[in-house]
Amino acid sequence: MNSVILQIAQRYVRFLLLFFAVIALLRGHNHPGGGFIAGLLAGLSIVMKGFAFDIEQVRRQMKLSPSGFIGTGLVLIVVSTLPSLLAGNAFMSGSWTTISMPLGVDLKLGTPLLFDTGVFFAVIGVTLMFLFSLTKSE
Amino acid sequence: MLLLLLIFFLLPLLMIRLPRFLSESRSLVFAAVQLGAFLYFLFCLNGVHSGGFIESVHPWIPELGINISLRLDTLSMIFGLLITGIGFLIFLFAHTYMKHYDGRGRFSIFLFLFSGAMLGLVLSENLVLMFIFWELTTVLSFLLISFFNEKGEARKAAFQSLFLTGFGGLSLLAGIILLGTVVNSYSVTEWVARADEIRESREYLPGLVLILLGAFTKSAQFPFHFWLPGAMQAPGPVSAYLHSATMVKAGFYLLARLSPVLGGTSEWVYIVSLAGVLTMLTGSYLAITQRDIKGILAFTTINALGVLVLLMGIDTGLSIKAALLFLFVHAFYKAALFMVAGTIEKKTGTRDIALLGGLRKQMPLTFIFTLLLVLSMAGLPPMLGFLGKELIYEAKVQLPGISAVVLVLGVISNIFMVMISLLFVYRIFLGPAVKSPKVPDERGTMLILGPAILAILSLFLGLFPGILGNTLIESALSLIRAEELQVKLKLWHGFNQVFFLSLFTIIAGVSLFMLAVRRPQFLAGWTKINERIFFIRPADVFEKMIDGFVRFSDRNTGRMQHGYHRWYILTIFVFSAGNIWFQVIYTRGWQTDAAFSLQPFYISGLVFVIIAATVFSTLSASRIATIVALGVIGYGISLIYLYYSAVDLAITQILVETLIVVMFVLVLQRLPKFAKLSTRRAKWRDLLVALFFGSVMTVVAIKAIHLEFSQSISDYFLEKSYLEAFGKNVVNVILVDFRALDTLGEVVVLSIAAMGVAMLFTFKKNKA
Repeated sequence: MNSVILQIAQRYVRFLLLFFAVIALLRGHNHPGGGFIAGLLAGLSIVMKGFAFDIEQVRRQMKLSPSGFIGTGLVLIVVSTLPSLLAGNAFMSGSWTTISMPLGVDLKLGTPLLFDTGVFFAVIGVTLMFLFSLTKSE
Repeated sequence: MLLLLLIFFLLPLLMIRLPRFLSESRSLVFAAVQLGAFLYFLFCLNGVHSGGFIESVHPWIPELGINISLRLDTLSMIFGLLITGIGFLIFLFAHTYMKHYDGRGRFSIFLFLFSGAMLGLVLSENLVLMFIFWELTTVLSFLLISFFNEKGEARKAAFQSLFLTGFGGLSLLAGIILLGTVVNSYSVTEWVARADEIRESREYLPGLVLILLGAFTKSAQFPFHFWLPGAMQAPGPVSAYLHSATMVKAGFYLLARLSPVLGGTSEWVYIVSLAGVLTMLTGSYLAITQRDIKGILAFTTINALGVLVLLMGIDTGLSIKAALLFLFVHAFYKAALFMVAGTIEKKTGTRDIALLGGLRKQMPLTFIFTLLLVLSMAGLPPMLGFLGKELIYEAKVQLPGISAVVLVLGVISNIFMVMISLLFVYRIFLGPAVKSPKVPDERGTMLILGPAILAILSLFLGLFPGILGNTLIESALSLIRAEELQVKLKLWHGFNQVFFLSLFTIIAGVSLFMLAVRRPQFLAGWTKINERIFFIRPADVFEKMIDGFVRFSDRNTGRMQHGYHRWYILTIFVFSAGNIWFQVIYTRGWQTDAAFSLQPFYISGLVFVIIAATVFSTLSASRIATIVALGVIGYGISLIYLYYSAVDLAITQILVETLIVVMFVLVLQRLPKFAKLSTRRAKWRDLLVALFFGSVMTVVAIKAIHLEFSQSISDYFLEKSYLEAFGKNVVNVILVDFRALDTLGEVVVLSIAAMGVAMLFTFKKNKA
């Protein structure tokens, strides 16, 4: 496909999609969103680029392969379980810490966020893997 | 003791690769180790004598009651001495016997490992440990029988023995575990201490049967006896070691070891002695008509194993004493005779008794020793075999109840044994000379060494039986039977019932032998009658069973794994829908009132749109239209989610739908031409299956509303979500916190699915 409009537009739309993906990931714990949704959004942003140009080209430009994404995700998930193990709590129970930020904002960070980030990466990887293997040129 | 076992298992590993000049003497090294172990056991004799034991316990899996606990008492001592003593002679024999075979290194390593496994078996105090060694002997026996693996017969025989004894081993394990649950232990000592509990438990009979199956298959009891003649495909040393002196005695060892626990009941007496009697008769009867000299020995071994098991089944102090004595008797003469058979095969190039004859001139030494051994086998004085037979008769005479039957059958089988023994010597060494494939000679002293030593031992112990009786048998007996039993072993008992039985046996056996020699047609006729009677051969039946099983599973697999995706899906849908229907119908009652309450009109409208899109997607003639219709269905469903405030679900659904549609579009141009391939009938069938499956999902959904569980978990989640997991979005908290493990599993599954897809496409590409 060779549409100039799409090629130009996708830069901004893609950025927006990625932006929303990160937002969805971060707000997921309290509002609709979460790692899965964020992963799908991010995946879609890459699909969009593929639409505008050529999937093969996108595949070559990716810094991280789909299996790399999946691996990163799984590693993050496993890492997120370590604090509970080290603290001697039940396996996978969430651990939280509060970091005071400037401007008087308290940022609550916990292992569930890390876990969700892992899901995020894994879902991106899975989406891309489907995409690339489906459209692989013969 | 653990060290001893470790030597037996590690040494062969170290000796796998050796420089050439060393590798030729591998067997000699092994023989030396056997001798060392034999001396070690003799050295321990004083400590073990009169009820003592040497123990060595190392925890392995204590949580399950499985420990490496080894115990050397007199019973294990008897077997240990036999294994290492005969092992020593066998390795010397094998050194010469195997000289010109390829793979003799592999052979001696397997044989040595086998002796280690056998030692482990008799030394184990823990039954699970014993089972492990038991299975090791099975596997090594398989490897040794199939040594000439280029011969189809050998492979077949090896598989047969593996299947049978493997099956026996598994049922033994089941029996051990079953009875182990009664006393919560796998330790023999514990079992013996709480024998009454085991005997009175509900599990006793099934456990007994399972354990006996193990013992009977290993010891080649009727109707499992047929693997042993087949195992004669193995090289000579293997037959002499495994299939006469040691491995086949493992079943007997198990019976002896567990008889204080399992014995003493009428079930034990009947099952065990029945198996023993049948085996005894089958063995001696079929041995007469064998033409293969190893076959003759194999069937007489079956007879001997039957006698041993029968004596355990009779289960009196005297009978067990007779069994222990007979164990020695048989191990001595049979191992030696197998070595003789191996020598003859080697020297003459044949095992067919019709091609042998008059060998006494060429092989005088072998002849003399064979004569001695055969006298022992026939139970003639002054050999050890005579003592054994006398004691067996005595045990049978004193048997209460069924003694008459057992005695008569025992006498018959012994008459056969006398006849076979004489025939064996006569046809090979005496008789008219027959031209064999090779001209025999007697070079290679190593070959005659083993039979010579064993023959002389048989004679010596027959003359001075006290040595064996006082040191080993009496004290082993006290392990099995608590009662004191003073039966002196001696050659001459005086003119009593047993003496006349012996006399009758010998006279009848000799006259049968004369008849067979004078009139050759007598044996030929016998063979013919036998073939008529035994036209069903258990080995063939077994083989057919295995073949049938393989064919059955092959056909079954073909039917199930046909490779057609549509049939897989169909099967899964029909099967699971049927199951769920069944479950739905049988779970609680029905309630229909609240199920169809009125919804806002736009939701009803949405449902109609979805249904219309569904119908359209199945009917449409254009692929794009179908994809779009599927998209409509997906988006419609997400709107319904949204209406019932499942926001996360709705978003996910929309995104997934989008992705699917986008991907479809991307691959659209690569797909083959859109065509309708299904026939009319196939379509109707698919419609029915779809309705069947769809309806069950509907019913489940309706039913789910009505089923009231005692506690709904949603309330718990709603309550704890913010307080404990600091999240207001309950769906997300469930995913990443409450049920994080599930999510982890799902992510992994998803990743594997993705890799599967990638593999599928790569595969296709490679193929093209």
